[in-house]
Amino acid sequence: MSEHPVLTLKQVSKSFGPVNVIKEVSVNVYAGAVQVLLGENGAGKSTLIKMMAGVYQPDGGEILIDGKTVSLPTTRAAEEHGIATIHQELNLVNSMSVAENVMLGRTPTRFGMVDRKALRQQARAALDLIGLDVDVETPVGELGIARQQLVEIAKALSINARILILDEPTAALTRHETESLFKVVADLRQQGVGMLFISHHLDEIAEIGDSVTVLRDGEFVAEVPASTSEDELVRLMVGRSIEDQFPRRIAESEGSAGILAVEHLTSKGKFEDISFTVRAGEILGISGLVGAGRTELIRAVAGADRYDTGTVKIRGKALPKGSVQAAIRAGLGHVPEDRKGQGLVLDASVNENLGYATLASSARMGLADFSGQRSRAEAVAKTLRIRMHSIDQPVRSLSGGNQQKAVFGRWIIAASTVLLLDEPTRGVDVGAKVEIYELMNAITEAGGAIVMVSSELPEVLGMSDRILVLRDGRLAGEFTAAEATEDKVMTLAARDVNEEH
Amino acid sequence: MSTATLDAKRTSFDVKKFLANNGALVGLVVLCIALFIATPDFLTGRNLLNIGIQVSTVAVLAFGMTFVIVAGGIDLSVGSVAALSAMVSGWFFVNAGLPGWLALLGGLTAGLLAGVVNGLASAYGKLPSFIATLAMLSIARGLTLVISDGRPIKTSPEVSFLGGNLGPVPMPIVILLVSALVASFLLNRTVVGRSMYAVGGNAEAARLSGLPVKRIIVIVFGLAGLFAALAGLLLAGRLDSAQPQAATGYELDAIAAVVIGGASLAGGLGRISGTFVGALVLVVIRNGLNLLNVTSFWQQVVIGVVIALAVGIDVLRRKNRSS
Ligand SMILES: Nc1ncnc2c1ncn2[C@@H]1O[C@H](COP(=O)(O)OP(=O)(O)OP(=O)(O)O)[C@@H](O)[C@H]1O
Ligand SMILES: [Mg+2]
Repeated sequence: MSEHPVLTLKQVSKSFGPVNVIKEVSVNVYAGAVQVLLGENGAGKSTLIKMMAGVYQPDGGEILIDGKTVSLPTTRAAEEHGIATIHQELNLVNSMSVAENVMLGRTPTRFGMVDRKALRQQARAALDLIGLDVDVETPVGELGIARQQLVEIAKALSINARILILDEPTAALTRHETESLFKVVADLRQQGVGMLFISHHLDEIAEIGDSVTVLRDGEFVAEVPASTSEDELVRLMVGRSIEDQFPRRIAESEGSAGILAVEHLTSKGKFEDISFTVRAGEILGISGLVGAGRTELIRAVAGADRYDTGTVKIRGKALPKGSVQAAIRAGLGHVPEDRKGQGLVLDASVNENLGYATLASSARMGLADFSGQRSRAEAVAKTLRIRMHSIDQPVRSLSGGNQQKAVFGRWIIAASTVLLLDEPTRGVDVGAKVEIYELMNAITEAGGAIVMVSSELPEVLGMSDRILVLRDGRLAGEFTAAEATEDKVMTLAARDVNEEH
Repeated sequence: MSTATLDAKRTSFDVKKFLANNGALVGLVVLCIALFIATPDFLTGRNLLNIGIQVSTVAVLAFGMTFVIVAGGIDLSVGSVAALSAMVSGWFFVNAGLPGWLALLGGLTAGLLAGVVNGLASAYGKLPSFIATLAMLSIARGLTLVISDGRPIKTSPEVSFLGGNLGPVPMPIVILLVSALVASFLLNRTVVGRSMYAVGGNAEAARLSGLPVKRIIVIVFGLAGLFAALAGLLLAGRLDSAQPQAATGYELDAIAAVVIGGASLAGGLGRISGTFVGALVLVVIRNGLNLLNVTSFWQQVVIGVVIALAVGIDVLRRKNRSS
C-alpha cells in the first residue's frame, strides 16, 4: 500500500434541489488497496462515487487525482483519468450482444469497420476473468440479472483502469460468482489498482477490504480498519446494534394446510418436473447457482411466464397459466429480481409505484382511490422506512435499496398472503433487511406463505423453514432449516457443475 | 435548517419547477404578447373566436393522441379516422336515410371501431403501434374514398350543429372545453388513466403488478379513435359536408401538440393541459403568421422550427432533472 492516495474526495458536498445529500465528506483511495464505503440505504454512497465517476459534479469541495485537483465534468473525463465504474444500477443495452456491451465505446475496428473477431476475443477474455460462461453473441436482455451484473463487471475490467469503483457488484451474485470476482480483485490489488468497494454484505468487507469509510445521512462518521467486527460496523452505520440479523420466528406450520402447491411444473429448457408445497405459516427458501432456473420457476408460478406442463394451485384452486392477474386475485404477490426493469415505473412517484397492485381493487366505479392510496402508501413507506423527501418524488431518485423496498411495499399494501420473493433484499442494508424479515414473520404468523429465492446463502439459511436446492432446472434436494448448512447447500447446488468442468 | 429557510427554499424551487414544467405555457404567453404588439388584428374578438374554432379540431385530435403517447405508443391514423368517421356519418344520413342523431352516433362508433382495431393489432397482434396505425392511416383514408366515391357528402343537421353556434359561442369551442375536461378526468382520475402512465413508463412492471396491459392498450387506441371521430364531425359540421380529403396530415399536428405540451414519446409522461397549450401554440403561430401575411410555405418552416425547439428544450430539461 502506497503512502499517497491515487484518488481523493476532499470535503465534497452535493445537493439535489433543497435536499443536501452529501455533507463535506472525504474519502481516499490508495493504489493496491480496497477502500470500502459503508452506510445505510440512502446514506449517499452511490452519490459519492458518482462524483468520482464524472456523473455528478460536487457542489463544494474538490477531487484530487495523484494529489492534483481535477474536475470530472463527464464520465469520459473520469475514464481518461483511468477511473472505471461499476454502477449499482446496470447500464447495458439490452438489444446488443454481450460482446458489444462489454466493449461498448471501445469497439475494436479494422480499416474503419468493426473487427468482429477482435471484439469477440477481447470480450471473451474479459468474461473469462470473472468466469461468465455465456455465448458472447447472446443479446444481453436475454440474461438474468446476475449474469447482466457479471457483464457489467467484465466491461469495467476490460478498461484496464488504475482506479476501479464497485458499487454493490455482489448484490445480485451468489457466493460462487462473488468468489470469482474477489479473485480478480485480489489480482488487481497485486497490480496496484486502487479500488473502492460498496456492499451491504458485511462478511465481504473483512474478506477483501483494507479500510472502511462509514457514512450516515450523507456525513462522514468514521474510518476504521476492515478487520473491525461486524457488530461494530453495524453500530457505526446505523447508530445502534442489531441483535439478531435473521430474526425468524417459526410460525405454526406443522400440520397446517398447504397453501401453495406446485405440481410437476415443466418449462422446456428452463426447469423440469418441479413439485413442492408451501404450508400456511411457512417460508420456503430456494437455493441454487445462477442459471439453475430459480427465477424462471418463480416467474412461472407467479403467472409472469407460461409453462409447458404441470399445475400451480393456491388453496387447492388451480391458477390459469401465465395470468398475473389471476394469481394476484388468489392472493399472490411477486417481487421480481430486477427492480429497475420489472419492478418499478421509474418516472412515476413512490406513491404510484406502491399502489399499482391495488389500483383496480381499491377503485370505486373505475375511479382511483387517491386519498386512500396515499395514506396506505405513507403507512407502508414508514414501516419499511423508505428514505425519501416526499412520497411524490419519482422513484428513480430513491437510492437503490429504497427502490427495492418500494417493490416489496406494493405487496404489503395488497395484503398478499402468498409471496414469491426473488432477491427481496438485493441492495437493502442490514437494518432494513431485519425490518423486511420482520414483515415476513408477520405475514407467516398471519397464516401466509412465502417462497424466497436469494443468492445470499446466509439469508436463505437464516430465514427459511425449509430449503429446496435447484440444479440445472431440476430439484436436487431438500433440507430442513435444522439440517441445512452453507456447505451442504452449496455442494448440492454445484455438484454436477463441478463435475462437468 | 430552520423552517423559515426551508420554506423559502421550497417556494423559490417551486417557481423554477413551474417554469420548467410549463415551458409551453410560458412560450404561448410570450407569443401572444409579441403578436399583440406586432399586429392590432390579433387581439380582436373575431380573431380570438377564430383561433378557438381552429384549435378545437387539432386539440380534440391531440387529446386522443395524448392517451396513446402517455401509454408509450403513437397513432398515425387519427387524421384518416376523423375523415372516415365524418364520411360514415354522412353516408348513414344521406344514403341509408337514418335519423341525423343516429348518423352522428354512427360516425362516432366508426371512429371507436377503427381505434379498437388499432389497439387489437398493437396489443394482441404484436405490431408496433407505428406500423399498425400507419396501416390504418391508409385503410381508413381508402375506405373514406370508397364510401364517398371521392365526393363530399352532406352532413346531418345534428352534425352541422356541432360546427354551428350555441348562442354567441361557437359549438366547436364548447366541445373543445368539454372534451378537455373529459379527457383530463379520464387520464387523472380513473384507474384506466393512471394505468396508462404505468404502461407507458414500464409495461413489464405494469404487467407484473397485475395491470391488464393489453386491455389498456385497446382502450387507449379506442379512445384515440373516438376523439378523432369527434374532431372529424366538428370539421364536417363547420363545412356542412364530409370531405374525402378532410384532416389529411392532421395526425402530425396532433403529435406536435402533444409533444410541445411536454409529453415524452418514450411514454409515461404527458398531461391534457399541456396538450391543450401545445395545440394553442401551433394554432396561434399559424394565425399570427397569417395576420402578418407570411406565406403558407414559410409557415411550414416556422412550425417545424418551433417543434424542434420545443422538444429540444424538453430533452435538455429532462437531462438536467435526472442529473
Ligand atoms: N437525482 C436525485 N434527486 C433527488 N434525490 C436524490 C437523487 N439521487 C439521490 N438522491 C437522494 O440522495 C440520497 C442518497 O442516495 P444514494 O443513492 O447515494 O444512497 P446509497 O447510499 O447509495 O444507498 P443504497 O445503499 O440504497 O444504494 C437518497 O436519499 C436519495 O433519495
Ligand atoms: Mg447506492
